[in-house]
Amino acid sequence: MADAAHIPDEAETRARWGAFAFTDENLAKAKTIIARYPEGRQRSAVMPLLDLAQRQVGAETQTQGWLPVPVIEYVAAMLDMPYIRAYEVASFYTMYNLAPVGRYHVQVCGTTPCLLRGSDDVMAACANKGLVKGKTTPDGLFTLTEVECMGNCANAPMVQINDDNFEDLDYDRTIGILEALAAGESPKPGTQIPGRHASEPEGGPTTLKQMVDANHDYRGEWG
Amino acid sequence: MSLADKDRIFTNVYGFQPWNLKAAEARGDWDKTKDLIAWGQDRIIEEVKASGLRGRGGAGFPTGMKWSFMPKESKDGRPSFLVINADESEPGSCKDREILRHDPHKLIEGALIAGFAMRARAAYIYVRGEYIREAEVLQAAIDEAYAAGLIGKNAAKSGYDFDVFVHRGAGAYICGEETAMIESIEGKKGQPRLKPPFPAGAGLYGCPTTVNNVESIAVVPTILRRSAAWFASFGRENNKGTKLFQISGHVEKPCVVEEAMSIPFRELIERHCGGIRGGWDNLLAVIPGGSSVPLVPAAQIIDAPMDFDGLKDVGSGLGTAAVIVMDKSTDIVQAISRISYFYKHESCGQCTPCREGTGWMWRVMERMRTGDADLSEIDTLYEVTKQVEGHTICALGDAAAWPIQGLIRHFRPEMERRIIEKQGTGSMMEAAE
Repeated sequence: MADAAHIPDEAETRARWGAFAFTDENLAKAKTIIARYPEGRQRSAVMPLLDLAQRQVGAETQTQGWLPVPVIEYVAAMLDMPYIRAYEVASFYTMYNLAPVGRYHVQVCGTTPCLLRGSDDVMAACANKGLVKGKTTPDGLFTLTEVECMGNCANAPMVQINDDNFEDLDYDRTIGILEALAAGESPKPGTQIPGRHASEPEGGPTTLKQMVDANHDYRGEWG
Repeated sequence: MSLADKDRIFTNVYGFQPWNLKAAEARGDWDKTKDLIAWGQDRIIEEVKASGLRGRGGAGFPTGMKWSFMPKESKDGRPSFLVINADESEPGSCKDREILRHDPHKLIEGALIAGFAMRARAAYIYVRGEYIREAEVLQAAIDEAYAAGLIGKNAAKSGYDFDVFVHRGAGAYICGEETAMIESIEGKKGQPRLKPPFPAGAGLYGCPTTVNNVESIAVVPTILRRSAAWFASFGRENNKGTKLFQISGHVEKPCVVEEAMSIPFRELIERHCGGIRGGWDNLLAVIPGGSSVPLVPAAQIIDAPMDFDGLKDVGSGLGTAAVIVMDKSTDIVQAISRISYFYKHESCGQCTPCREGTGWMWRVMERMRTGDADLSEIDTLYEVTKQVEGHTICALGDAAAWPIQGLIRHFRPEMERRIIEKQGTGSMMEAAE
């Protein structure tokens, strides 16, 4: 496939990641995760463990993280499953990065609901900041990916950057977020429309107005 | 008449108030859950059946009936499982996210009651991978519920043992298909299984399993508390209850809102979304139920009731009630082509008609968009969609075919116009020299 990741040279990867092991903290997390599944079904934990491993690689490399082959091998061995079964999972699901990414993985949603609300402007803002689809900026800061529907359609267009969503974007707001990140700041995630809280209509909810200021209990009105 | 606030189930849908247990209890969640469980399995299932609740994940299968397919006793010692589908990935859909991050205790309480009713040992909640913060909130809410004794051993002091686990996906739309979801929880690629056997017979780990949507499960405690008759008092016959609608695209104010089923499209938009951008005359078409249902032209949708049967009558479907509105500035061929790209991207690759067909259909749709096609290819495209539809293990093939069929059915003149214009203005085709 033309858009497939360029998997780095294996000898180099092995030299760098051959000794990968979970930190004590992550090992404890891994055990908790494995315990969620019935005995003998530890394979079920492959997805959460790959995610955990990717996050550890990310922490060690100051990026969002990726999955070098030795890391996948480590997870497979921990779950007593063949490497190829773990690799199959890692390559099937899009959130596992098979090649290194930047500090911030900028994932712009381009599916129809976002397209209708101006995801092209978000893309243009990324392009004008030097981001190229499928590539990492030379300073290692940003990797740009166009992704499929992220489920924030009532707050479109949006971008997910690492673990946070930035919603209700336009060209200027996108520039602002990218510049803030580049400056080492932590822009506020969620909707970027001033005064909007979540997915209620802009300008204030048309329903459940009593909930805005108080944790209203409607049971008294049930009748 | 609009749905009254007191009759809304998801009172914290916008998250103005905390999601935590204390706040949820103050809103009425986990109120005497033990007494509801004391009703016993049969009465709970009968009540859910009587409420007319149909699955909120898209297919609309009656929820109570689905539960009744589960075995009443385990003859061979196999446990039963409840799997809750929070893999919300259908373009346009963004309702389960609001439940997960703002009202998670409704879901957890519903999981216990539904799990008890179908005699399940545990629930796995499959949250789409991209809902990272949402899964964090859900996990924290589950931890709270365990700490309070509401789930786990002797859940809510009911004498019933029930566990709730979160399983996060990792970015594959296909895992929203129930058997692909089961494969994914088992630690495999999310490729759908052939049915039969159906999950109620052999699902997760080969055990009896029921897969339900988040919203279907989260509404159950309220239905039991307020009675089936209350829930059935909303909506038309066969389309009962309240529903979270998600309106995106070219409305003045996109939003998620809980309304009564069967609310007319015009009323839904006027009341909650501030109308169509540029006024009603500017409405071109609507995709009323998420990307996999065919679009409906403006004239047919405006007065249609937003429910399963009302939208079926206009050649589409309610799906997840993800309403994508398109005004006259929309490049309608591009809008549908982008959906074709989505299905090409998300095809799991298992069945040939879908794996090859989705890519082929997208490439032809792109040529339709630019007009670089031949008039006869519109019929060819239609025919290929018919070849994909119904010839795959799961419904992704159908979902890829229907939007294109809808486009050809309603906007064929627009497709033809592009092709003719392109042929007219472009240089004449010449034989190679």
